[in-house]
Amino acid sequence: MSDANRGIRLSRRRFLQVLAGTAGALVIGIRAAEAADTDAPLPPSLLGDTFYGIGAYVRIDTDGNVLIGVRDPDTGTGVATSLPRIIADELDADWNRVSVVSLGLGVTDNNGQPSWIYGRQLGGTGGSISAAWADLRQAGAVARWLLLQAAARRLGVPADRLRCESGTVIALDGRRFTYGSLVEDASKIDMPTSVPPLKTAERYQLIGNPAGDVDAREIVTGQTRFAIDQQYGDTLTAVVVHCPWPDGTLDGIDFTDTLAVKGVRKVLQLSPEVGQQAGTTLSATAVVVLAEDTWSALKGRQKLKLKWKAGASNSESSDALEQQANALLAGKTDPTTRVRNDGDYDAASKKAARRLEATYFQPWLAHATAEPMNCLVRVEKNKATLVVPTQAPQKAWAVVHRITGLSPDQIEIGVPRVGGGYGRRLDHDYLAEAVMLASNKDIDTSVRLIWTHDQDLAHDYYRSGSVHQLSVIIDRKRQITGWYQRMVSASALVNRGVPDSRLWTSEVDVDQLPAALVPNYRSDWYAQTSAIPRGPARSMPHLSNAFAVESFIDEIAHSMKEDPLDTHLRLLGDARELPLSGGGTFDTGRLINVLKLVADRIEWKNWLHSVNGLGIACWHFNGAYVAHAVEVATKDQKLIVQRVVCAVDVGRIINPMGLEGQVAGATLDALSTALNLSITFKDGQIQQHSAKDYPLASMAQLPDAVEVITVPGDRDPAGASFLAMPTAAPALANAVFRATAVRIRRLPLTRELSRLS
Amino acid sequence: MALAQAQALPATETIVPDKIRDGIDLQINGEHYRHTGDPQMPLLWYLRDVLRLTGTKYGGEHGENGADLILLKGKATSAISVTVAKAANTEIVTIEGLAANDGTLHPVQQAFIDEDAIGCGYCTPGWIIASVDLLKRKKQPSDDDIDTLPNVCRCGCQTRVRRAIKRVAAGKAGQP
Repeated sequence: MSDANRGIRLSRRRFLQVLAGTAGALVIGIRAAEAADTDAPLPPSLLGDTFYGIGAYVRIDTDGNVLIGVRDPDTGTGVATSLPRIIADELDADWNRVSVVSLGLGVTDNNGQPSWIYGRQLGGTGGSISAAWADLRQAGAVARWLLLQAAARRLGVPADRLRCESGTVIALDGRRFTYGSLVEDASKIDMPTSVPPLKTAERYQLIGNPAGDVDAREIVTGQTRFAIDQQYGDTLTAVVVHCPWPDGTLDGIDFTDTLAVKGVRKVLQLSPEVGQQAGTTLSATAVVVLAEDTWSALKGRQKLKLKWKAGASNSESSDALEQQANALLAGKTDPTTRVRNDGDYDAASKKAARRLEATYFQPWLAHATAEPMNCLVRVEKNKATLVVPTQAPQKAWAVVHRITGLSPDQIEIGVPRVGGGYGRRLDHDYLAEAVMLASNKDIDTSVRLIWTHDQDLAHDYYRSGSVHQLSVIIDRKRQITGWYQRMVSASALVNRGVPDSRLWTSEVDVDQLPAALVPNYRSDWYAQTSAIPRGPARSMPHLSNAFAVESFIDEIAHSMKEDPLDTHLRLLGDARELPLSGGGTFDTGRLINVLKLVADRIEWKNWLHSVNGLGIACWHFNGAYVAHAVEVATKDQKLIVQRVVCAVDVGRIINPMGLEGQVAGATLDALSTALNLSITFKDGQIQQHSAKDYPLASMAQLPDAVEVITVPGDRDPAGASFLAMPTAAPALANAVFRATAVRIRRLPLTRELSRLS
Repeated sequence: MALAQAQALPATETIVPDKIRDGIDLQINGEHYRHTGDPQMPLLWYLRDVLRLTGTKYGGEHGENGADLILLKGKATSAISVTVAKAANTEIVTIEGLAANDGTLHPVQQAFIDEDAIGCGYCTPGWIIASVDLLKRKKQPSDDDIDTLPNVCRCGCQTRVRRAIKRVAAGKAGQP
């Protein structure tokens, strides 16, 4: 291999490479620096002619078909469509000739350490698009450059006299070559020494144009294979029942009747591994029934006679935690962390013309994914093969590696489309369970572990409940001069390798509204301890904070007899960019814009005179901007969500159809959560066991439409999968206040509204 | 070699076919099956584990989220809530059986694609089955009719499902 062909350095550790595929195909891949440096032979899978084995990003076949690999799991965020379109646009591919394949985990062995072939592999955390924008376009650009060179040589003209269009290279004189006819030549051309210039925006063909989900046809015909739909030839099915207490133990078991069930093979007990971080091992002791099929396993599970012994957490209750939080806020205890302290709040307080204080309560929440926790795994002497519904394949790898002791390239992890993530599948307790089972010396088959929904609900990594106490200072000129937020919650980051001084970061955002807009701004966080497991949740920490802050701004407006839109606009001030302490800037103009867009659409100017109630809210995070306007009516004591408008500004829009779906979807999820959902615990046990106890909103409860407004932009794209979560609930609660004069300071809303009405 | 082996076989053995086993006759997507296992097995597990028709999803012990809906005599039914015995000799259609044999999609399937009424996709087959049932009963369903769908979806596909149903009612599935 010539030096030039070793590839373009993308980062310190990764190279873009051109590889000769089978049958003359052109394959552009990314390899770890270590592999390139040692001139190691390419693994056959990288050049493979099967869809499953392909290890590169782009493969163009001699027939002109293009295969693009997706590195990030698609949990319903649409990355299986949007990431390939980013590459395909840069390549000027014909989208109708593009197929998409999930890459699974890309890992090679670097002296026993894992080396990640594809870089970041993470889904449902709002970062896939931004990351792809930064590096995937280059894979497309290099492929296009090579095809241009091949055509230039064939024609004997300079490459800059040629252009690419929809899978074809076109010369000035009109002669055309399809990509398929050029790939054999292109694959023999040395790589460029640096990444060729990327396309400019006016030349985008796919980016910015709507595209349906690449998996749509398979999904609507029932052909999509989620992890739960897959098995190997010899697979046993495992169902599980967990101890009701995270720190409880098994005190007695009789499984005679279980083993008598036809099809049941074994009953095993598994315990959390000592000293492991949350989300990397079981969250509670478990008893597993292994059987030839699901029904036999379930019948066997029903016949288990189990006696559990509670641990020290058996006196915990969510009610007591809430009381403890209120007591903390009533006292003068120092906060666990002073998150932010701009200006001098105490000094401003002395000059107050008006003050207002309000306290908001938000409940614990579960993830309630549609596809339950499950995992298919086979562990052999030198190989582990898995199919896992995970959002974080690299974290999954670490758990398999720890339990099996296998080396990096002995672990193969396939990641099919995932039936909902919302942060639940950033944790891998269920995977640890399955791998421990499959590694058991008494089990020589592959295993598929399936949790039933009651186990999902009672053994989640929950979003902590929280209490927010907000205080505001308003001066004689009606300006907000001071803001003080005190928040109490149990951090999601305990026992996750995060230092105590950073535990607040999952609970409150240092840059959240109205930080940087109020001269004397203080934010304190108070830690609570709990044995109930917590973990990443959708739009955390913005979901809880936006509800408190945006409800409070509405209360401030009311107390000043002001239109809440005006209060917002006065607070935001002129359009300008303010520095964020976490890096980047807060563009107040973009936030003002989305706010005005939703106000215009819902005809906000009628807000005071409207028979129905109108509510508004806005928020910014991750470099993106969102606002909601909601209209509610009450009819026969029932709340009707009449209209919902949402405007978002994510910078450049990759797929408008996908974006609209994400925004509408997150809006409905947020409404469903705010209206209905709450996790409680008593005597250390979760009290919700089925969908009846944790009822996602029915069709009838939700609005008939979500009117989505997307703001076109040319800044690098920000993620959108949960952007529309935080503002839906406060806009709803503010609308409820206009309609009913009842101020909702506690969620879930439906229950609270009937309590107060 | 092959010849030698064949000669080694006892020449006198007669082949007697197995007695037809007792079982439950099922009619799924136009095909006939006989189930000889536990008659009390829920239809869901028969479809998924025995026939490997995995388009019908597990959606809770009582089918709470609607992902396990199938058409039983044309009526949307939770597959986990009906046993194989109860489903015997009854016309069953699953999501896999909805499209025509030539691959032409059912208008509801097509409309779900048209309106992007898909989140993660796990519960989508259940939504489609429920919509097919509704549209069979009500050719022009009102919003209140659509409100009666039993499904839930955390990805928030509901408003797009509503559009898809109205698209079918308007005869516009597959049109721009």
